[in-house]
Formats: sequence, C-alpha cells, structure tokens
Amino acid sequence: MTALATGLALGHFLALGAALFCIAVAGIFLNRKNVIVLLMCIELMLLAVNINFIGFSRQLGDPAGQVFVFFILTVAAAEAAIGLAILVTLFRNRRTIDVADIDSLKG
Amino acid sequence: MDYTLLAFYAFAVAAVLSAGAVVGVRNPVQAALFLVLTFFTVACTWILAGAEFLGLALVVVYVGAVMVLFLFVVMMLDIDVARMREGYVRYLPVGLLVAVAMLAEMLALIGVRARSAVPFADNAAHAAAAGDVPNTTWLARALFTDFLLPFEVAAVILTVAVVAAVMLTLRRRVGAKHQNPLEQGRVRASDRFRMVKMEATRKPAAPDAPADEVAP
Repeated sequence: MTALATGLALGHFLALGAALFCIAVAGIFLNRKNVIVLLMCIELMLLAVNINFIGFSRQLGDPAGQVFVFFILTVAAAEAAIGLAILVTLFRNRRTIDVADIDSLKG
Repeated sequence: MDYTLLAFYAFAVAAVLSAGAVVGVRNPVQAALFLVLTFFTVACTWILAGAEFLGLALVVVYVGAVMVLFLFVVMMLDIDVARMREGYVRYLPVGLLVAVAMLAEMLALIGVRARSAVPFADNAAHAAAAGDVPNTTWLARALFTDFLLPFEVAAVILTVAVVAAVMLTLRRRVGAKHQNPLEQGRVRASDRFRMVKMEATRKPAAPDAPADEVAP
C-alpha cells in the first residue's frame, strides 16, 4: 500500500483511465441494441484516453498532451453532433434505433 | 495521505460508480444524466492534476453542450426501453469477463511501472517546464505556436460538422413557407414594382377617345 499512499502520481490517473475504459467496453457489450447508449460508451472511452493524456502531460511537463486533449474534445464534439444527426434521421425514416433492425447492408 | 490524494480517491470512486450507472441503468435519460456526473467528476480530477483549463473546458463543452444535445435527442425519440434491454442478461457474462480481464491486465501493467513513478508534487520535469506560469498561459503558448495549424484545422472540422449535422436533419416539408436567399439576393427593382403613368385629374372623356387610355 505504500505506492498508493505516497501521493498523487501518474499511476493513479492511468488506473482511473483504465477502469473507465473497461466500463465503456462492457457497456458496448451489454447495450448492443441501443445506439444512444453505444454513443455514450464511445464518449466514455474518449474520456478515458483523455485522462491518460492529462496524467502523462503532468508527469512529463509537456504541454503537447493537454493540447491533444483539446483536439480530442473538438473531434468528440463533432462526432457527437454528426452521430446524433444520423440517429435522428434514422429514427425518422425507420421509426426505430434498434441495432438489430438496421441490417440493410447485410447480404 | 494528504488531502489531494484523498480527494482524488473520492473523485475516482464517484467517477467509476457513475460510469457503471451509465452502462447499467434502464432509462436512456438517466444514463445521460449519469454521464454528466461522470464528466463532471473527471473534470475535478483533472483540476487536481493541475489541468485547470481543460477541466473547465470539459465542464463547459461536454456538460454544457454535448450532453444537453444528447438529452434533447433522447427525449425527442420515442424509444421502446423494454425492447432495448433484450440480450442484456445474455451478454452480461461475456461482457463482464472481457472487461474485468482487460482491467486486470491494464492494472498489472500500470502497477509495475507506477512503483517507480515520482509523485506529481515533487516532479521536477513539470516544475521546470511550467514554472509558475498559470496553466492556461502554459497551454496557450503551446497551442498558438507549435500547434497553430492543427488548431485551425480543428476549427474547420467543427464548422464542417455543424454544416453536416444541419444538412442531415434538414427536412423540406410540403406546404411550409420558405425564403429562398438566392432569389432574394438576385432580385431587381423592376421585378418588384412597375411604374404606371396616370393622369392626376381625369379629363372629361371626349366622345371619340378610347376608354383605356390611362392603363397600359
């Protein structure tokens, strides 16, 4: 327990990021039918990656890590906007967002 | 244990619990609200690590904009919640197995490396790089010098995303009245009104004059 109690270090942030990432992976497995919760799980994964970036940026004293978090936030916001727009269009056309019903491309 | 470490543990436990609730709750609206809590708690841990600007940006951008968008969409769609939960129990064992195995592997790797890590408080590299400059200044110096071109590209990506989202959801209803900006900009004065020459006073009609002399 000495490593856990000596002070806030890089390992704490990496462990938190790993835990959130695994929860998001489990969420993708469990909520396979609901596209909205799948999008939320993807946001959780991006958040876990951002936690790692912040921890390493603090550890190495390099601002590039925090700049990358900035860019990931930008891309994630764009992804959420387009994903939700596709979702609204899909629901308008098909009256469902069940993943099992969206199999038009299946041969 | 200092106060920073205790606060981090409290925030980490709250973040993990609320992330588990995002995955586990039945109602998508509740899942979105728990995701808001997760983002807010993680922003608190970022502020503990000294990344104040990104912590506040996370609250503003995610909690303020993206999650509100999620909530809007969730509330607008009429979702059959019960049908969405089919297969939840069926995939519960394999999902938990994969997630727990991944977490154990990652934590093992992190534990090996973290034993030799220097705590943030007496980390020389960060102190030498950042000095006593505020976090926002430190970040902005890198963002607007070395990363200026990616910053502009990010702005273009956001603009394209907004245009794409609008065009995807745009729907022309039959019978709705729209303005056409192209036609509005191209209009000329002669399209809008027509000069008609009229006499101020009507002269007494001569018996042999034509009646439609005034109107062309």
